[in-house]
Amino acid sequence: MKKAYLGVDIGSISTKGVIIDSENNILAKEYLWTEGDPIGAVKKLVAVLKKNFNEKKYKIVGVGTTGSARKLIGVILGANVVKNEITAHAIGTLSLYPDVHTIFEIGGQDSKIIIIDNGIVTDYAMNTLCAAGTGSFLSSQSRRLGLEVEEFGPLALKSKNPTNIAARCTVFAESDLVHKAQIGHKKEDIVAGLCKAVVTNYLNNVGKGKKIKPPIVFQGGVSKNVGVIKAFEEETKEKIIVDPNSHLMGALGVAILSQKEKEIEFDFNIEDIVFETKGVECKGCANNCERICIYKDGELIDAWGNKCDKGAIKIKR
Amino acid sequence: MKKTRVNFPRFGSYDICVEHIIKSGLDCEYVYAPPITKKTLEIGTKNSPDFVCTPFKYNLGGYIEAIEAGANTLIQVGGVCRLGYYGELQERILKDLGYDVKFINLSNGNFKNPITFYEEFKKINPNLHIKKLAQACALAVKMVEVIDKIEDYIRQNVGFEKIEGSFDKLHEEFLEDLRDINDKKELNLLSRLYMKKLKKVEVEKPKNPLKVGFVGEYYTIMDQYSNHYMEKELAKKGIIIYRWMNLTNSILNPNTKEVKQSIKNYAKYDMGATAMYTIKKAIDYAKEGCDGIIHVKSFGCTPEIDTMPVLQRISEDYKIPIIYFSFDSQTSDVGINTRIEAFYDMIMMRKEEKKK
Repeated sequence: MKKAYLGVDIGSISTKGVIIDSENNILAKEYLWTEGDPIGAVKKLVAVLKKNFNEKKYKIVGVGTTGSARKLIGVILGANVVKNEITAHAIGTLSLYPDVHTIFEIGGQDSKIIIIDNGIVTDYAMNTLCAAGTGSFLSSQSRRLGLEVEEFGPLALKSKNPTNIAARCTVFAESDLVHKAQIGHKKEDIVAGLCKAVVTNYLNNVGKGKKIKPPIVFQGGVSKNVGVIKAFEEETKEKIIVDPNSHLMGALGVAILSQKEKEIEFDFNIEDIVFETKGVECKGCANNCERICIYKDGELIDAWGNKCDKGAIKIKR
Repeated sequence: MKKTRVNFPRFGSYDICVEHIIKSGLDCEYVYAPPITKKTLEIGTKNSPDFVCTPFKYNLGGYIEAIEAGANTLIQVGGVCRLGYYGELQERILKDLGYDVKFINLSNGNFKNPITFYEEFKKINPNLHIKKLAQACALAVKMVEVIDKIEDYIRQNVGFEKIEGSFDKLHEEFLEDLRDINDKKELNLLSRLYMKKLKKVEVEKPKNPLKVGFVGEYYTIMDQYSNHYMEKELAKKGIIIYRWMNLTNSILNPNTKEVKQSIKNYAKYDMGATAMYTIKKAIDYAKEGCDGIIHVKSFGCTPEIDTMPVLQRISEDYKIPIIYFSFDSQTSDVGINTRIEAFYDMIMMRKEEKKK
């Protein structure tokens, strides 16, 4: 039996999973929508991965989780490593591009920049207050223009004269877009303008003050959009590398990290197990911490959310 | 006549010192607002202008909670940024909300003419005894110094305690006992007693632990609730935390001239409030070999926004990672924890790489 490692990246929009061997080769991969139900999404993900995976030849001895639901899913999968997405993305990308210097990452709800020097993360930033210039903005605008998100990039490439669209804030961008459409700008120009707006917004906010040097790797869901890639290349005057598995870097990174941890037993059959979460408000003080309790087949397995020990929930082990 | 029951906004552990001034120096009662919670911030946010800095909201929420707890006289301080306008605006808001309270605004005082402060204190107690007040203030200053000394030690060791919670427990006991102090002699005894107790707490420090320096805006850096207990979160990962910013260093011994001189390569003018100290300490921490620096501020804090380009230069010149946090009333823990975790991973991996 050879050893294999599962990495799961549960974002707000999509859930990504990979299984790798000890040499970081991808044995199975899957990408699906989270749809506001991380537990359900992970159950589906694990079921699909199981089908595409040779259980006779390989045995999973490590599980890692990352993404905004990493803690919850970490408990459910019994992961041996739970890592933030910044570190996970850096590790995943470095395994394929050891000399990478800059990582652009634009996902569904967040975007980040990671600066790497000699294989070590030296600086990073993440968007904080708003989702301007992320995937969800692009998909809502494409709907407004009657386009599928997938058509967006190729159409943008056709434009010779991208429309100028206010990039500072999605609300302004949206009204600007409507005006420009109504006064007769061509659709492909508007689409190209939007791609440019996303890039300017990204570089001015997340990328502000960061030393952007090549090689630059671009990943996250939006990296599938050729229009945005082109806009990045024009803006930075550098070649932008996009890996075919660019959306899986976080999952890959956390699977690699699980190789270094103590080995665990993993069971693919979680589909029939009932996982439930319950919010319990603490009445200890006026802060009323919202604590989350996780139940596995009715049994409490973990809890968090309390700020102080007064609100700690005891778990029988 | 109604009894005067005074409240000052909660601020770190310092309200014990204010309580001492009010009780011993002015012969009035002191009312503690309940500890800051989500509710405090909710009340504050609801009644504040949306774009005002976050400490304003915490203060206002705290005032209202204190009034509900029986306070009828409120004190606000002044400062060389928007803080200077807090008092005036808060007094107006509270009045508009229908609260009948006396508001003492120390930003009406003028340091060049100390008698103006005396006038403000007189509003609290018209029959105040100047000698008594002076004595109480002198002791309060000493109390501040002791608090800062004790908390500095805790900050640098709490991440390595063998039994979790030992330092927190001692800290709580210390603050409890500090409340009963009447004179300098008692204070010195207490200080020595607790330093001894703290040094007895067993710690397991690795040979070369990670070190992180904190810089940033006055209130957010010192009030643990506002910065989401960031110091503690980091310390728990086994990091020594350095924080120069406290009342002892910034108010009692500020050394403005020297600070200005030492940062002249980076900033020519004082940008107000804590800006110069932020720059100075960032340089110091970088030179002293810290593994990283954390900059915290409330959303929209102008002096601290001004320091950020300078900090970016310092980060580049000294090759030290600096991470920036901006807090407002909507900030959730999740995003902060992700960034803190990533920061920890980053400085850890850098350190390991250096060892090789």
